[in-house]
Amino acid sequence: MRLSVKSATLLTLLAFVVVAPLFFPSSFYYRVGALIFVNGLAVTGMVILTGWAGQISLGHAGFAGIGAYACALAPEHLGLHPALAVLLGAVISAVLAWLVGRPILRLKGYYLGVASLGFGILVSMVLNNERDLTRGPDGIDVADLGLRGLLKDAGLDLSNGQFWYFFCGFSLMLGAWFALNIFNSPTGRALRALHGSEIAARTVGIDVPRLKLQAFVISAVYASVAGSLLALQNKFITPDVAGFMHSVEMVTMAVLGGVSSVIGAIFGAAVLTLLPQVLTVFAEYEQLVLGLIMVLVMIFLREGVVPSFLRKFRGNEA
Amino acid sequence: MTLLSIEGLGISFGGIAAVKNVSFRVSPGEIVSVIGPNGAGKTTLFNMISGVYQPGSGKVVLNGEDVTAMSPHLLARRGMSRTFQNLQIFQTMSVLENTLAGYHLQESGPVLADLLNLPSSRRRARAAEEGARALLKRVGLERAAEREAGSLSYGSLKRLEIARAMALKPKVLLLDEPAAGCNAVETEEIDHLIAEIAASGVAILLVEHDMKMVMRISNHIVVLDHGEKIAEGDPATVSRDPAVIAAYLGAEHAAG
Ligand SMILES: Nc1ncnc2c1ncn2[C@@H]1O[C@H](COP(=O)(O)OP(=O)(O)OP(=O)(O)O)[C@@H](O)[C@H]1O
Ligand SMILES: [Mg+2]
Repeated sequence: MRLSVKSATLLTLLAFVVVAPLFFPSSFYYRVGALIFVNGLAVTGMVILTGWAGQISLGHAGFAGIGAYACALAPEHLGLHPALAVLLGAVISAVLAWLVGRPILRLKGYYLGVASLGFGILVSMVLNNERDLTRGPDGIDVADLGLRGLLKDAGLDLSNGQFWYFFCGFSLMLGAWFALNIFNSPTGRALRALHGSEIAARTVGIDVPRLKLQAFVISAVYASVAGSLLALQNKFITPDVAGFMHSVEMVTMAVLGGVSSVIGAIFGAAVLTLLPQVLTVFAEYEQLVLGLIMVLVMIFLREGVVPSFLRKFRGNEA
Repeated sequence: MTLLSIEGLGISFGGIAAVKNVSFRVSPGEIVSVIGPNGAGKTTLFNMISGVYQPGSGKVVLNGEDVTAMSPHLLARRGMSRTFQNLQIFQTMSVLENTLAGYHLQESGPVLADLLNLPSSRRRARAAEEGARALLKRVGLERAAEREAGSLSYGSLKRLEIARAMALKPKVLLLDEPAAGCNAVETEEIDHLIAEIAASGVAILLVEHDMKMVMRISNHIVVLDHGEKIAEGDPATVSRDPAVIAAYLGAEHAAG
């Protein structure tokens, strides 16, 4: 029997998380790996929203910002444990996504893109300007999650880099599992159906606005948790996490790797996180080479790297 | 007993009336055909009935309830289902998934259950899949179930749309040119299928250009020309109607 997409994706991720460290040239790569997983988590949300439901967002970094700053602010001001701060951030992001999504998801295509962009800019402005609370553009310290200490007491002594590598790796697997559950469920089918033909989706009884909103909220939670994990592992965060460039990065990673496939989008996140590290050998041409790669992929592998290759090698499935 | 009642429906686009004051009724198990030359307003009429267009005037009454301009997904809940003349297929989904989409109202549940892959979610999906496979068998597509829908031939897609529409277990089914692009054998199969569906008590509203098929299976025919109803009655009466003959001859002359 052939492996389902779900098992194949999860096994690939597991193998990568476990095996990759054997090839790390230095312990610095634990950090790069953790960054890949965090970005992978954010783009998994984009797969649900953009790849399946067909809705674009250029403002999802706003939710990452909310998740990140929840971890910076809630422990200090509300006395919440950082783990609960992650949850609080996710809830705030979900509520905001619901409030913002209702009016803007009526828009289509680039109108929706611009409206969501506006939301991202708004969050980023608040984080930059509310200095009394957020300390502004210089950034703010984030409390320790405390889990590494607990593991150490339990006899598992990991370096900081190792801990976050595995923690983010398993968080990503969990996130991918949720997403792949949705893919083959009635909800996932309805999402993909409204992408295929809104009019046909409505006539089979799909409440299109409600479903788009659900996808928007779910993807916002992914971005929020990714932002939280970023803040917690760096123990420091700046408003850049909510910046426009970060939103664009999320979309680019997903589209480059394959926005309709979870493993594809994660691959895109890995490539675009790794490339800048690798391309430093090109010194000042780094950005140029990166840009060129992106243009070429879009011209020759329009569905994204992973789905295009899968299609070539075994017929027509992703 | 009337299930669907169309009362004086009309709509204009840019000041030009596409449908004017059209009325008729459909009962359970009955096949009512709407015929007329190209551009007569048949698809526009379907779009108004199914909530895709807001009628400019008139009413749609389903099961005694005024459902005029109601959103299509709410009409689906009330038992209305349709196919499209210009196919509306979920291209990148498999044939099976396209059919399953028709089970949305029966199989969908809390998103959280789907996210966590709870047994309740799997149970809903499994029940729908059984039904969907049976429907695909009925329209002769069971062997294409796992194929990507976009790769099917036009005739197969027409049948896939019927299967998807049937998945809703509708009370009233609107079919817009279901036999278009099908060969004689396929047309006959569709013909049998429609008769079978009607026999199970579903009210059928049919638009079809294949006159032999229309005359064979319709209980009642409504003839549109330039958006207006110019005749209605049983097949024999309508085919003898001078206004109908004139409309069709006129159309044929115009087409050369
Ligand atoms: N959305 C729209 N905007 C403008 N005009 C429209 C629209 N929809 C339909 N029409 C016009 O309404 C008229 C009726 O079109 P309709 O598609 O209903 O005809 P039809 O009877 O289904 O024809 P056919 O047999 O070719 O399918 C046509 O003149 C068409 O151009
Ligand atoms: Mg038509």
